[in-house]
Amino acid sequence: MAAILDAQGLNKSFGAVTAASDITAAIERDSVVGLIGTNGAGKTTFINMITGYLKPDRGRIHYEGRDITALAPREITRLGICRSFQIPQLYASLTAFENMMAGIGVVLQNAGLGGFFSRGEPLVPGHNLPAEEVADRILERFGLSDYRDRNAQVLPGGVRKLLDIALTMVAKPKILLLDEPTSGVSAEEKFTIMEMVMSAVRAEGATVLFVEHDMEVVSRFAERVLAFYDGRIIADAPPAVALEDPEVKRFVVGGELHRIDEAQAKRRA
Amino acid sequence: MRRDRTPQTLVLILAAILAAAPFAPQWTVFLLTVAIAKGLVVLGLMILLRCGLVSFGQALYYCIGAYAAGMLGRLFQVSDVFTLMLAGMAVAAVAGFVLGFLLARYRSIFFGLLSLAISMILYGLLIKSETLGSSDGFNILPSTLLGVRPPDNWVRYLVLAAAAVLAFVAALLVHRYLKTPLGRLAPAIKDNEIRVEYMGASARNAIHVKYVIAAALAGLGGGLAATTVGHIDPDMAYWTTSGEFIFITILAGTGSVIAPFLGALVFGVIQSIAFDVSPNTWQMVLGSSLLVVILFLPSGLWSLFTRRKAS
Repeated sequence: MAAILDAQGLNKSFGAVTAASDITAAIERDSVVGLIGTNGAGKTTFINMITGYLKPDRGRIHYEGRDITALAPREITRLGICRSFQIPQLYASLTAFENMMAGIGVVLQNAGLGGFFSRGEPLVPGHNLPAEEVADRILERFGLSDYRDRNAQVLPGGVRKLLDIALTMVAKPKILLLDEPTSGVSAEEKFTIMEMVMSAVRAEGATVLFVEHDMEVVSRFAERVLAFYDGRIIADAPPAVALEDPEVKRFVVGGELHRIDEAQAKRRA
Repeated sequence: MRRDRTPQTLVLILAAILAAAPFAPQWTVFLLTVAIAKGLVVLGLMILLRCGLVSFGQALYYCIGAYAAGMLGRLFQVSDVFTLMLAGMAVAAVAGFVLGFLLARYRSIFFGLLSLAISMILYGLLIKSETLGSSDGFNILPSTLLGVRPPDNWVRYLVLAAAAVLAFVAALLVHRYLKTPLGRLAPAIKDNEIRVEYMGASARNAIHVKYVIAAALAGLGGGLAATTVGHIDPDMAYWTTSGEFIFITILAGTGSVIAPFLGALVFGVIQSIAFDVSPNTWQMVLGSSLLVVILFLPSGLWSLFTRRKAS
C-alpha cells in the first residue's frame, strides 16, 4: 500500500526543550494508527506539525506526494487533513446543529458554492446533499440527534468530545487526526466513543491517527502503534508487538510507575 | 424554520417613505434622512459586531465619505446626490481595504482602540489642514438629482428619496450577504477562531471582507450626511461621533438589517425630544434611555419584534 502521509526527519525545539527529534514515519492509506507516549513525549507536537499549527525546524512532510510542510492549517485542512482537539473546540454559543452548519458553510465557501451570486440551495460537495441534511446525518451517525438544538457550551463532556470529532466529518477528511478522543471521558464511554468514531470513519474511508493513553483502547482499535518518548519514536509496530517492547513498557506503558519506583528508591538510599 | 420576510418588509418601508414624505413636515424629512445616514454606518457596525468586533472609530469612514463627497463638489462642482454618496462609499471602501490589512489582525479591545486611534489621526489632520477648512470645515453645494436642480421645497424630499433607495439596496445586499457561508461564519469567528481555521477558512480574510463592507457603508452614510446637512467639519471623525454609532448599534440590536435604521430613527427622535425638553441635560436623557433599553431589552430594540414572533 502506498503512503498517504510521509514525515521525514522532523525536528522541533522550544528553547531548551526538544519536542520532536528526527521523527520519521510513513502512514499508509486507510490505516488506523495509535500514537502513545507519556505527556510531553511529542505526540501532540507531531499532530501540530502535520496540521500546520507548528512548523518543524527541520524535516519535510509530504501528503499524497505533495510537500505540505510550509502550508497554513486552513490550507492543509482544505487538502483533506482534519483534526479534532484534546479540549473540544466548539462554537460555544451555537447549537450542535449550528456548529455543523458553520462547518458545512466553510466547505461550501471553499468549493465556491452558496456565494453571493449563486441561486438555489447548493449540494455539499462529497455528500451530494443539501447542507441541513448533511448536518443532521452526521449528528445522527454520532448519536447526537438528541442534542441537536442544545447550545454547545451546556453539552456534557462526552457529547462535546463527539461533536468535536463530528465537526471534522463535514469536510470528508482523507486523514483524520484525533488528539485524545477519549480523554476526560468515563471508562465505560471510552469504547462507545471509539466504536462510534471508527464506524463513522470507516464508512467514509479515511486514514486515522489517534492519540490515546488507554492501552486497551489502543490494542483494540489501532493496527499500528507509534510510541513516542522524549521527542523520538521508540517503537513502530502492530500493537501486539509494540506494547510488549521493553522500551515501550519501561517508558510508556509503565512510565509513571517506573518513575515513582525510582524516586522512592532514591529516597530510601 | 421561520419564513424570512425581510425583503418584503424593506419594500414596504421604502414605499411608505417615498409615499408619505412629500406630505410630511420638513423637519421630519430631515430627521429621517439623517437617521438613514447613521443607519447605514450602524449597518456596517452590526456586521462587525456579529463576529465580536466593536469598532470605536467607525466615524473615520463616515468622515472620509463626507469629505470625499465635499471635495468632489469643491473641486469639480459635482452636486448630484447619487454621485456624491457613491463617491463617499468608494473612497471609504478603498481606505477600509488598505487599513483592513492592519486591523483584521486585531481582536477585542485592541481592534477597538486601534480603530479609535486611526479615526483620531484623521481628526487631527483635518483640524490642521487649512485648505480643508480646518476646524470650521466647509459647505456643500446644494444638491441636485441626476443633473436636475429641484425647486427649493423639493430638495429635502429628493435627497431623502435618493437616500432611501440606496439604503434599501444596501440593506438588501447586506441581508443576502449575511446568508452566504462567509456571512454566516460571523458567530463562529466570534466563538472560536481556532476551529474556523481548522475547518479550512481564514478568520482574518473573513474579517477583512466584513471590515471593507462596514467601511463602504459608513462612507455611504457620510456622503449622505454631507449632502443632507450641507456642511462638513472634522467633528465627523471625532470619537464622540463613533460613540454615537456604537450607542445606536447597541440600542438597535443585531437581529436584522432593518434594526440599524430603526435604532438610528429612535435615537434621532429621543435626541430631538430631549433637546427640546431639556436643552442643557439632553445627554442625560439619552443615556438614561439607553440604560433602560440595556436593562429590559439586552438584545436591543429589535428583540421586540423577534420576541413577539417566538411567542
